[in-house]
Amino acid sequence: MKAAKFDYIPAESIDEVVAALDRGNGETIIIAGGQSLMPMLAMRLATPATVVDINNIAQLSGIEVNEGEVVIKACTRQATALASPLVQAHLPLLAKAIGHVGHQQTRNRGTVGGSLCHADPASEIPLAALAMDAHVGLRSVAGTRQLPLADYFLGPMMTARKDNEILLSVHFPLGPDGARTGTAFHEVSERHGDFAVVAAAAHVQMDANGHCSKAALAIGGADAVPRRITGLEARLLGTMIDRNIIAAALPEIANAITPGDDQHAPSAYRRRVASVLAERALLEAVAGAAP
Amino acid sequence: MSKREISLSINGKAHTAAMEPRLSLLDFLRDEVGLTGTHVGCEHGVCGACSILFDGAPIRACLMLAVQADGHAITTVEGLCNEDGSAGTLQDAFQDAHGMQCGYCTPGMLISAQALLAHNSDPSLAEIKDAIGGNLCRCTGYVQIIEAIQLAARRLREAGP
Repeated sequence: MKAAKFDYIPAESIDEVVAALDRGNGETIIIAGGQSLMPMLAMRLATPATVVDINNIAQLSGIEVNEGEVVIKACTRQATALASPLVQAHLPLLAKAIGHVGHQQTRNRGTVGGSLCHADPASEIPLAALAMDAHVGLRSVAGTRQLPLADYFLGPMMTARKDNEILLSVHFPLGPDGARTGTAFHEVSERHGDFAVVAAAAHVQMDANGHCSKAALAIGGADAVPRRITGLEARLLGTMIDRNIIAAALPEIANAITPGDDQHAPSAYRRRVASVLAERALLEAVAGAAP
Repeated sequence: MSKREISLSINGKAHTAAMEPRLSLLDFLRDEVGLTGTHVGCEHGVCGACSILFDGAPIRACLMLAVQADGHAITTVEGLCNEDGSAGTLQDAFQDAHGMQCGYCTPGMLISAQALLAHNSDPSLAEIKDAIGGNLCRCTGYVQIIEAIQLAARRLREAGP
């Protein structure tokens, strides 16, 4: 349980990070909060030649509201995001999700960007961000690019971020002014703070007449990546969502996920729990969006 | 892979040391500094036995590299003692309320409780459970640990600011 040897670069600028990544040919890895990487180093699941530390780069921390979006810089601690008045006011779904992430000792180090880079299919922050139509900013020596999360998750702990790219920021679009929105996050885990066995994130928006103008449901822990259930969302859109409409749409979940069997739960259990949690989350989100 | 030199504060004292980058902060504190109060449990961030205060906030020492502590202030369980080395209020309360059996988790429990009481002198049961939620104890069933933290909180309130 001791890490293999590596070189260590305490980077002071983003330029320095991308230059090191570019030189590294895939053997250079970034450490942010280290809450996933440190166990992987200790167990030698990760044996990088070089570790680049981004903790001392001030431009990579902070939360701000820009035109129409909330931007969370990659190295912002989960505890900082959870306590942020901006997050509480504008991103209630993210706040609810982070409440399920680990414990105070891990949230004090763990970062929002790190969770998205690690991309565990059962982790909460990626799931909430996917339900919120977030996108990420990536940068390499070649330049920057923006990528919607819908195109970002490729498989368990695999993302579209290239080895020579750093994730700079996560961008959460703000809804239209005055829109009635409701959110909910529910999960089943063995103990509070553990990774979810299955989790559901719901985000709904109603127009002035009470018709659904936006519906997002994302399920985690039930496939190789967090999944948006677009078939279900389409059946809610434009309706005055009620218990019966939700119940009629729930079977769409089964078509959208392919849960695996593992030591935590069999596939059939995950399917059942996904549907139950989705119903619970949607009912709560709809109630939250009521006038 | 050469050693790197760092400077940091540990329990209020300045230290300078050199280490390989791969050394965890936990192993540094125990094996290099000699502060063995911080316990090694799982070494992958699950058990909480290695909890320390990093710039005042509780973290897991097994999930940080020692080199990352350069320029920072650390408090270990040894730092919770009174200046004369006798047990502090929280430690006394753990003894008086029998808040331990084998003692393995105790340093982590004390650190988590210290972080809680530093900003909340009258925590609710839910707040105490949340504060120690990242610390596993396989002996006590947690009840006496919670009672010890409640006892310490009461004593701290009675002693006043």
